Amino acid sequence: MGHSQFDDEEHITTTSDERLIYMANQIGKFFVARPLDQAVKGMAKHIADFWDPRMRAKIRAHVESGGEGLDPLACEAIASLQK
Amino acid sequence: MALIKEIDYGTPAPRVPDGVELATVTLTIDGQTVTVPEGTSIMRAAQMIGTTIPKLCATDNMAAFGSCRMCLIEIEGRGGTPASCTTPAANGIVVHTQTDKLKRLRNGVMELYISDHPLDCLTCAANGDCELQDTAGAVGLREVRYGYDGRNHVFAKTNGLANPDFIKKDDSNPYFTYDPSKCIVCNRCVRACDEVQGTFALTISGRGLDSRVSPGQNDPFLSSECVSCGACVQACPTATLTEKAVIDIGQPEHSAVTTCAYCGVGCTFKAEMRGEQLVRMVPWKDGKANHGHSCVKGRFAWGYATHRERITKPMIRATIHEPWREVSWEEAIRHTASEFKRIQEKYGKRSVGGITSSRCTNEESFLVQKLIRQGFGNNNVDTCARVCHSPTGYGLSQTYGTSAGTQDFDSVEDTDVILVIGANPPDAHPVFASRMKQRIREGAKLIVIDPRKTDLVRSAHIEADFHLPLRPSTNVAMLNALAHVVVTEGLVDEDFVRERCDWDEFQDWAEFVARPDHSPEAVAEYLGVSADDVRGAARLYATGGRAAIYYGLGVTEHSQGSTAVIAIANLAMATGNVGRKGVGVNPLRGQNNVQGACDMGSFPHELAGYRHISNDVVRKQFGDMWGVELDAEPGLRIPNMFDAAVDGVFKGMYVQGEDILQSDPDTVHVSAGLAALECLVVQDLFLNETATFAHVFLPGCSFLEKDGTFTNAERRIQLIRKVMAPKNGYGDWEVTQLLAREMGLDWNYEHPSQIMDEIAALTPTFANVSFAMLAEKGSVQWPCNDAAPEGTPTMHIDKFVRGKGRFMLTEYVPTDERVGPRFPLLLTTGRILSQYNVGAQTRRTANSTWHEKDVLEIHPQDAEDRGVRDGDLIKLKSRAGAIALHAKISEKVAPGVVYTTFHHPDTQANVITTDYSDWATNCPEYKVTAVQVTLANGPTEWQERYDIFARESRKVAVEPAE
Repeated sequence: MGHSQFDDEEHITTTSDERLIYMANQIGKFFVARPLDQAVKGMAKHIADFWDPRMRAKIRAHVESGGEGLDPLACEAIASLQK
Repeated sequence: MALIKEIDYGTPAPRVPDGVELATVTLTIDGQTVTVPEGTSIMRAAQMIGTTIPKLCATDNMAAFGSCRMCLIEIEGRGGTPASCTTPAANGIVVHTQTDKLKRLRNGVMELYISDHPLDCLTCAANGDCELQDTAGAVGLREVRYGYDGRNHVFAKTNGLANPDFIKKDDSNPYFTYDPSKCIVCNRCVRACDEVQGTFALTISGRGLDSRVSPGQNDPFLSSECVSCGACVQACPTATLTEKAVIDIGQPEHSAVTTCAYCGVGCTFKAEMRGEQLVRMVPWKDGKANHGHSCVKGRFAWGYATHRERITKPMIRATIHEPWREVSWEEAIRHTASEFKRIQEKYGKRSVGGITSSRCTNEESFLVQKLIRQGFGNNNVDTCARVCHSPTGYGLSQTYGTSAGTQDFDSVEDTDVILVIGANPPDAHPVFASRMKQRIREGAKLIVIDPRKTDLVRSAHIEADFHLPLRPSTNVAMLNALAHVVVTEGLVDEDFVRERCDWDEFQDWAEFVARPDHSPEAVAEYLGVSADDVRGAARLYATGGRAAIYYGLGVTEHSQGSTAVIAIANLAMATGNVGRKGVGVNPLRGQNNVQGACDMGSFPHELAGYRHISNDVVRKQFGDMWGVELDAEPGLRIPNMFDAAVDGVFKGMYVQGEDILQSDPDTVHVSAGLAALECLVVQDLFLNETATFAHVFLPGCSFLEKDGTFTNAERRIQLIRKVMAPKNGYGDWEVTQLLAREMGLDWNYEHPSQIMDEIAALTPTFANVSFAMLAEKGSVQWPCNDAAPEGTPTMHIDKFVRGKGRFMLTEYVPTDERVGPRFPLLLTTGRILSQYNVGAQTRRTANSTWHEKDVLEIHPQDAEDRGVRDGDLIKLKSRAGAIALHAKISEKVAPGVVYTTFHHPDTQANVITTDYSDWATNCPEYKVTAVQVTLANGPTEWQERYDIFARESRKVAVEPAE
């Protein structure tokens, strides 16, 4: 029995990729009140400090392929992450 | 070890406000000279030199009452025989506690007491623990001349006729009985309820010989306002109020001091034992968190430890569709280790992880994270603080430099203004709530910011000066508005800010909050709170004297939980309310050892003592001690683990003492994550909800069956002591060690104290902590090291831990979880006094008498609009799922807001909650879910299907008879 048996037909699910994009934008909304260079640095550090390597790799790959759905600050901060 | 008995000094010590030094007085008592602080009673002064004056109505956790006439004394040069409990010690007086006259008087009074008290001492439950009996002995009572023919309360019949003064025993409360025939009307129970607990449920009804203790208007205890905290039972000097367990078992013969395993208050108790049988838990007077008080959970709800559903044998199964198979410990451990090894070989090092428990000890959390970092070789460890106070950790470390509250609980005694936001202490932290209420009754002002009209807003002799019933999800806007008032009305403590904080950052912040769009007027409409009230509350907080903020999960469990914690920290700094007694920022922690689990390095990004895993020096220290090179990359947080599991890259999980399926949000998603695992190991007392998806079940043990330490919300580290052998054979720390050894690690701990020694060696804030030191001092608050050998009751005294306090901008970002036509109501969730967390423990005790199911509180208007009557079964639906539960019509919630608890798995409130979470820490947004309520005619499809599945999944294979 897989998990699908439990899914309420109306249950709205988000994929883990959508979730990553959402989370990145959320972080950006905290840092966006600061001057741009500080905001980029602050956000990049936050992701480096708290996201595991696979999550970071996935979001970076997403930015490299156009970054659809990501806010500009999030894109810039993620692009600045060291590989 | 004998029965521990604290000395009863008869009256409390005079209170010393912070910064005041009391004068002393010197007097002579029975020829001995004694010097005591001014305001000390003669009774207390006498006890301080070891002289016990007979007493019945006096006890040292309540104010002197002067009614029993036993504690009479004579003072040279003064007439009469004053009561020593109400007479203060004075310079130069000469006191006699025993004279012929006093003996005669006491004897006469005692004779009268006994003339209306049964003489069934041999069969009385209090035999061996009766102050009336002891005092009769002390005063030399030898006969009672009055007989029992006259009016009395003792016998059901007098002269063959029904006795109108006789009242039958009340055994309605599941834990104690009230037998009015044994009552001497000393008022101790009534005063305990008023002064210690603050519920005012008891009174003395009638006058003269008609006087009797009465819960409410002569109600049975159970249906009165009584919250069953046990303070009255403890205060009773006779068998009038007696624990049913004592009646059943008999008096205990030995005891050990231990720490409660329920909420983050961390009350200490004497576990009073008869052999290996627990007779009762009695709050320990020297406990620094509770000072001899308790609540219905810690005092009475310990029966789960011997509940018939407890699992004591390890079990395994290949898939979750098979019944469980009981196996030996050797087989279970061998199987588990081989599974983790197999998974890592196939899917990589980072494909496994684990969760430490806030209900287990510091030592156990430390070992689980050590197993993961050292043995699994990754940092995929997290703890349930992820879903409660992780924003506290983030917010306070960013602003102040440490991930913990700033004060001890005693600090509230020096507080002039108490600001409670997103917390409901009378239900969730009851023993601290009693302290808080005492201070409010003494005159401290109270501001409550909460969508619900909690009991703190208005209850017996308590009324909030301001209740700001904001709409759920608007905390940050509210805190910014309060800050706006502080800054724009010139209420900033500029001296403090200039000296202690980064001035440039302060100026940026002040400019930010001063913007007109942050004014109370600008935000009044979406807060749902009048601007005048917000201004009034801000002025009171900033100018009312020493002001302290207490907050709970109503702050942290939001999309902006961390931002709100930062906003709270900003507000306290701006008004100079940090670094002294009576002020500060005080997170009220949920579970008993949430603080400890966090301290122990349970988060995937940091090692013990909150040091980031990327810090090469610290990581090397740990690696060197453990003989491995540690992974420098942060690991997965709990919600990330579920995502990774669904993605197919996370396959094995070791969960100690948590029920993530019931406690974590968006059950449908969590269950999908769990179902995707190839090896889920659950270590717990019971087959909890998470275990329905498990492949290995390792039986855990209760806090009564092992040694260790818990750390409470005040950073106070306290011992728990083993009072009975583990029913499953091993302490939880031993189980982790077995697994570690099977994974090839060379662990050789023989006692949890050795684990604490390792923690102390690796963690500067714990440097001087050891079991021996805790046994000697009773408890200590970290940091405890050479710089603070006695521990640290108040933090940030001369400077912040990080140096300068850091103001941070806190832009309000509305949550994306919004009401609309489909889901027009906002659901917020919380707790209730009698139940605890997922209820695994409390549901298996008589506490369910008070709360047998989760109900949905709904405002009368919203109920009427939907045709819902009180008690109706309703369907509660969000975009995440739907459940059915019963409605309770209540004005505690505002129109548009509904409320429920998450204690019962058959309701599964978390089917409703969504996957939205705090931006910084992924702490779920439990407190805001858009929902609709409609009438239901039965459980939802999810509930029915889950129920069938869970029942199947719990089956254990029956061995064929040989």
